[in-house]
Amino acid sequence: MTDGITPSQTVGPYFAYCLTPKDYDTREIFSADLTTPAIGGDRIRVVGQVLDGDGVGIGDAMIEIWQADPEGRYAHPADDRARGNSGFAGFGRAPTTPDGMYAFTTVKPGQVPGPNGKPQAPHIAVTVFARGMLKHLYTRIYFEDESANAADPILALVPDEEARRTLIARRLAGEAEPTYRFDIRLQGEGETVFFEA
Amino acid sequence: MGLIYPRESALAHPSNSFEGYRSTAKRHPKRPLVILPHTLSEVTGPVYGHEIVRPEDADLTLQHAGEPLGERIIVSGRVLDEDGRPVPNTLLEVWQANAAGRYVHVADQHPAPLDPNFTGAGRVVTDDEGRYRFVTIRPGAYPWRNHHNAWRPAHIHFSLFGPSYLSRLVTQMYFPGDPLFPFDPIFNSVTDERARNRMVSRFDLDTTQPEWALGFVFDIVLRGRNATPMEEPHDD
Ligand SMILES: [Fe+2]
Repeated sequence: MTDGITPSQTVGPYFAYCLTPKDYDTREIFSADLTTPAIGGDRIRVVGQVLDGDGVGIGDAMIEIWQADPEGRYAHPADDRARGNSGFAGFGRAPTTPDGMYAFTTVKPGQVPGPNGKPQAPHIAVTVFARGMLKHLYTRIYFEDESANAADPILALVPDEEARRTLIARRLAGEAEPTYRFDIRLQGEGETVFFEA
Repeated sequence: MGLIYPRESALAHPSNSFEGYRSTAKRHPKRPLVILPHTLSEVTGPVYGHEIVRPEDADLTLQHAGEPLGERIIVSGRVLDEDGRPVPNTLLEVWQANAAGRYVHVADQHPAPLDPNFTGAGRVVTDDEGRYRFVTIRPGAYPWRNHHNAWRPAHIHFSLFGPSYLSRLVTQMYFPGDPLFPFDPIFNSVTDERARNRMVSRFDLDTTQPEWALGFVFDIVLRGRNATPMEEPHDD
């Protein structure tokens, strides 16, 4: 038994040279491109902007994503279903640009098991970190072109139509590669639904 | 080996909104958070261990041609779950200011010198007993613009994954007896004193190396409990 967990503190403004060091001489170990040469499925891009309560882009945020492979399997011991040899880890990390934009290249996840044996619609788990955030926030990315959304048990926890829409990425027209837009509004009009996990 | 993640454990964290820390004002949600059941998407999470680090990642004093200026220190400890069981083979990423209180980050405008021999970024992985250890320079305090004459107590930033997405933690390690504690809203955003003190390392003579470096011990407890707790042994 312990006394309790170690509390969270803000990631602060100066994490980039360690956590997202593309512009520094630190070796980069995580990236915003989750794809591997052997991964099948549908290759997609997920792009968006992180905005504060004034609607201003947040230039010092970091987004992490966690997802299943196209067959809906997680690269983790708690998922005991057999996996292919794609080397797909399912984790990505991206900093925001000065105007708050982020972008990931990945594959569309499959459906994963949910509560009471009901499948969940394809989704990506998202964590948001930034200066001014004392702990990270959890949200989820769903995809507007998935009919399974209608029966998803987590989306069903958000009955308000307008709020639920903040969890659903829009497919952008006219992009060479299938691209979804998912903005993250920390506060105010159109505030993203965040979860207590 | 299934872990459960009691929600009340997370009450140790600060609130998303803390008046004393000005930048929280426009960066916290005002709608209530939606309670998320812990599905397979939450009880899994990125698994990164020994394959991703290199030996030099754990010694921040050896990353350049010369030696950095400042007090050499050894930071070590254990990563544990809430039951006190070790979290083995888990990645820690650390970053910090140099001895003068200056970060390498381009946005840091504090007029204190950069040290060409110090970047201040490190990585280390816990062993089978959850232990980690890295060598660095004691960071300096630095000013920030939160309020008049605002200074951050000396600290090292830590980022950990642990066994699942729910155990993810970004925190800061402080040094014992720092005179800036009463004035720092980030430190005091953790309102429970016992929880706050879990962010403070302790000086340790056993890990101090004679003629070389002071040792500080910082144990980290991540969310997660055993789903099927074993019977507690009774002495009486
Ligand atoms: Fe800092």
